[in-house]
Order: sequence, then C-alpha cells, then structure tokens
Amino acid sequence: MMADTAETTEPGGGPGTFAPRPGAAPLGRMIRAQAALETRLLLRNGEQLLLVIIIPTLLLTLFSSVDIVDTGDGDAVDFLAPGVLALAVLSTAFTGQAIATGFERRYGVLKRLGASPLPRWGLMTAKTCAVLVTEVLQIALLTAVALALGWSPHGNPATVALLLLLGTAAFSGLGLLMAGTLKAEVTLAAANLVFLLLLFGGGVIVPLSKFPGGVEAVLHLLPVAALSDGLRDVLRDGAGVPWSDLGVLAAWAVLGLGAAGRFFRWE
Amino acid sequence: MRDEPSPSPRPRPAPGDVTGEAPAVEVVGLVKRYGTKTAVDGLTLSVARGSVTAVLGPNGAGKTTTIETCEGYRRPDAGTVRVLGLDPRADAARLRPRVGVMLQSGGVYPGARAAEMLRHTASLHAHPVDVDALIERLGLESCGRTVYRRLSGGQQQRLALAMAVVGRPELVFLDEPTAGLDPQARRATWDLVRELRADGVSVVLTTHHMDEAEQLADQVHIIDAGKVIASGSPEELCRGGAENSLRFSGRPGLDVASLLTALPAECTAVELAPGSYRITGKVTPQLLATVTSWCAQHGVLPDRLSVERHTLEDVFLELTGKELRA
Repeated sequence: MMADTAETTEPGGGPGTFAPRPGAAPLGRMIRAQAALETRLLLRNGEQLLLVIIIPTLLLTLFSSVDIVDTGDGDAVDFLAPGVLALAVLSTAFTGQAIATGFERRYGVLKRLGASPLPRWGLMTAKTCAVLVTEVLQIALLTAVALALGWSPHGNPATVALLLLLGTAAFSGLGLLMAGTLKAEVTLAAANLVFLLLLFGGGVIVPLSKFPGGVEAVLHLLPVAALSDGLRDVLRDGAGVPWSDLGVLAAWAVLGLGAAGRFFRWE
Repeated sequence: MRDEPSPSPRPRPAPGDVTGEAPAVEVVGLVKRYGTKTAVDGLTLSVARGSVTAVLGPNGAGKTTTIETCEGYRRPDAGTVRVLGLDPRADAARLRPRVGVMLQSGGVYPGARAAEMLRHTASLHAHPVDVDALIERLGLESCGRTVYRRLSGGQQQRLALAMAVVGRPELVFLDEPTAGLDPQARRATWDLVRELRADGVSVVLTTHHMDEAEQLADQVHIIDAGKVIASGSPEELCRGGAENSLRFSGRPGLDVASLLTALPAECTAVELAPGSYRITGKVTPQLLATVTSWCAQHGVLPDRLSVERHTLEDVFLELTGKELRA
C-alpha cells in the first residue's frame, strides 16, 4: 500500500524553492493518504498484529479443534466462527483503535494534524477507513481458516455486513471515548483488560447460557455479546434480521459516538 | 493595553512586505489564563509580512501559549488575534493550508518512518516542495527509513521543521526550532530560516537563545511574565546608549560606588547578578587599566574579563533582572 504521492513538486534547492504557494490537496486524496498511512502503521505494529490477527486466529483454530469449551449442539466451529468474527471487530475497532489513538493524542500527532489542511472529520473518516480495511483483511483470513475447519455458514451476507458495521460503529465510539478522555497508559491497560473480559464474558467462545440467569441477561446487553449473538443467529441458524441485537448495537453506537463527540479532547 | 516600556516597534522593510495587506500576525491585548495562573497578560505584538520575527523570553514567559493561540489551539480569554488578517479559530479551515506549524515537541506517529511522515505531510498539500530535496537539505537522508521514536532529538526537530515548510506556506510558526540541536544542525536550521525569508515566507520563531534572535530576526519581541517588555530590531534593542561594555566576574557585593568614583564621569557600573559586573561607557585601554588596578587594590581577581558590545542578553537582564536561559 503506497501513500498518494504529491502531484506537483518543485525541484529542490536554489532561490524560490519555498516561495509561498499554499493550498490543500483535494479532500479525497487527503483522506485516502491518511487512511493508507494509518493502515500501514497498524499492520506494521507487532502488538496490534498480535491483537487483531494472531489472537483471533489462534482462538478459532484451538477451540475448534480441541474440545475445551462445551459450545452446545453442532460443530464447535459453527459456534466459534461468528464469535471470533465479533472478537475481530472488537479487537480492531475498540482495543486497537483506542490504544493507537490514545498514544497519538499523547504524542501530539492529533494536535499536529489539527494544524494540517486535513479537517478533523476527514481524519476521523480516514481512521474509520483504516479500521474497515483491517476488518476486511481479518474477516477474509478468519473466514478462510473457519472454512478449512469445516465451517458451514448460512444466512444473508447483507445482514452480516449490517451487524459488522453497527458493531464497528459501537466499538469505535467506545474506543475513541476512552482514547480521548483517559491518559494513554490507562487506555492501554483498560482497553486490553476490557478485551480479555469480553473474550470470556461476551459470548465469544463461552456460550452465555453457561452463566447464571441474571448475569446472562446483563451480559446480553454488552455490544460484543449482541454482535456475536446476532452473527450466530444468522450465520449458524440462518435466521432473518436479528432486530434486538441490532437494537443493542445501535444504542451503544449512539451512546459511544455521542459521548466521544462530546468529551474527546485532542490534546 | 500598551503599558510596556517598549522602544517603538519599527520593523525594517523586508522583502515580500506588501503594503495594504494585513500583517502576518497581529496580537492585541491577548490574555490567556490556565486556572488561576495567567500565562499571557495583555500581550500586544505585530509581525510584518515577509519578515523573521523572534519571540524571545525565558521558559514560562508565555511564548508557547502566544504562538499556540495564533495557531488556533487556544482560545483567548481577552484580546484579539489575527493571522494573515483572519481569526485563527473561526477561519481555521481557510488558514490551515496557508500556515506551517512546528510544535515544540512531538506531532509524529511514533511508528512512522521519517521520510514516510514527510511524504505524507506533503501529500496533504496542493503544491509541496520536493520531499527528497528537503530531506537532503536538512541532513535526514541517513535516517529516512528510521521510525520516529528511534530518531535522535535533533533529527526529530529537523523532521518537524521539514513538516512545517513542506506545504509552501505563507507563514510558519516555529516553536523553539533549535532546542536540543548540535551547532551544525543549528546552522542548517538558521540557513533554512534565512532561505524562507528570502523566498518571501513570514517566519515567527520562539527561542531563548539571544544569539539566535540576533542572527535571524528582523524584529525581536522580548517577553517576560506574559507581556512584551521590549520590541525592536536587534540593533535597536542592543544600541541601548552605550558604545560597548566591560564585563567581569568577581566575588559578590563589591563596592560598585567606589569603583565608579575611579572611572570617567560618563561610565556606569552595575552588579548585574551576584558576582557579575558590567561597566558601560567608552572602553579605552586606560579604562581597562583603571578597572584592573581598582580590582588589585581590592584584592579581586577579575575573572572572565571581557570587552563586549551590548547584547540582547544584556537588554534582557536589564529589563527583567533575570538570566534568559534560567
């Protein structure tokens, strides 16, 4: 992935090199360049790769092949694949984005970009694009692995896409809220902790029915639980549109993005 | 709010100074408070187009707050700020492509490579300068593929400088551009600032090195405790009445009045800081002999004895009683 290179350049050196000729690049080009840069930085970062690629892939492979958790009737992979897809979205849109953005804030990257011709909404659009590109790569890889493990998905791909998009919106809002209000180190610790807790308590690899009734009802309201439950309804059971899960995700998205928009501090 | 005892600010004509246009920067009566602390306290200054302006002052004087208000990062509590005739906050979208910014530190993804980041910054502009040439110009060729967090402090500074100028701005704000640079890199930065000026770019830089201000600036604003306490060209500020001065160090608390009686009538003698003395007036070989013999009589070894012309540092010390690089 190459960054867009500038179209107009002047030969270096000599008088007139810096003669003012200001101007913003076209908006589309700026957003594309920013999204490409952020995607490259994410894919180059070892910890991020561990989080968004290696952990989900390992979990899917391990728990599908070894009978550690009782995942109910049917093939384990049919239960696990939707859960791990939800986890992949969580890892990129929430954990990865929160940590990266937290450190960008701490190191003045957001501040400096605020003085560039790229408007703030353009930066946020680029961040969203980088998250979506990463998710596409994750989903392609995890789908291939799951199919190799004998996964037989059902349902309407458009419903799946809608669930993934709403999940991304919900997690992004919460991740940015955390990154924009807490110290970078706190965000790092908290985002990893939340990831770990949701991995086990969010219906990703452990069915929520294993939890006591009252706890299960509360856990169902978590965004990752709603996403994995909705994906499972569609992909495993061939259900139609899982409205209640979409509702939970939409509520989190509105709350998270609203709060992030309200409380995010750029410095 | 012009209660500062400043020599009249008369910028010397600069190339690219187009009459009839708004000044590059116009700050009037700026006040900025953080909680109960007043960082900027009724500051007024103006920057002519095409000139290099140095904002000089010790740490905590309010330099960065002033610059960051001009960059649109801070909202003034009182007063007005105009940059290229526009409001830095209300007109931010129009100003951003026209203004280059170098923050005091940071501003780059820790995992981005130096050349990658500069190329990216260039791609946000319509007519950037040639990135490879700029990299070479600032001596960054050897570290183009090094990620930002592994660059030395000086390399990080030069990358930030390159990012500020790559978009061919009309005006650049450089916040302590040479802090932490070795002498050679400092020279390279000075050369670049001079070239910017020659090409008609307005430059505002902060520094606490008086030699930097003397070397580069058309106009110097000396800031202390959130106020401009003196403005003028380096020459105007240094003229200060005296032709030159004689400085020496000795033990603190020497009887300056007694020394003064030994000197010609037009001379002055002061203890600038404990143990640091300055005599101003026409420094002749005879005057030097008078001073050393007075020292001998008083059992003082005049250490670091030197004949100097008036420097910005002297001006600063006189105005504030503080060392610039405290």
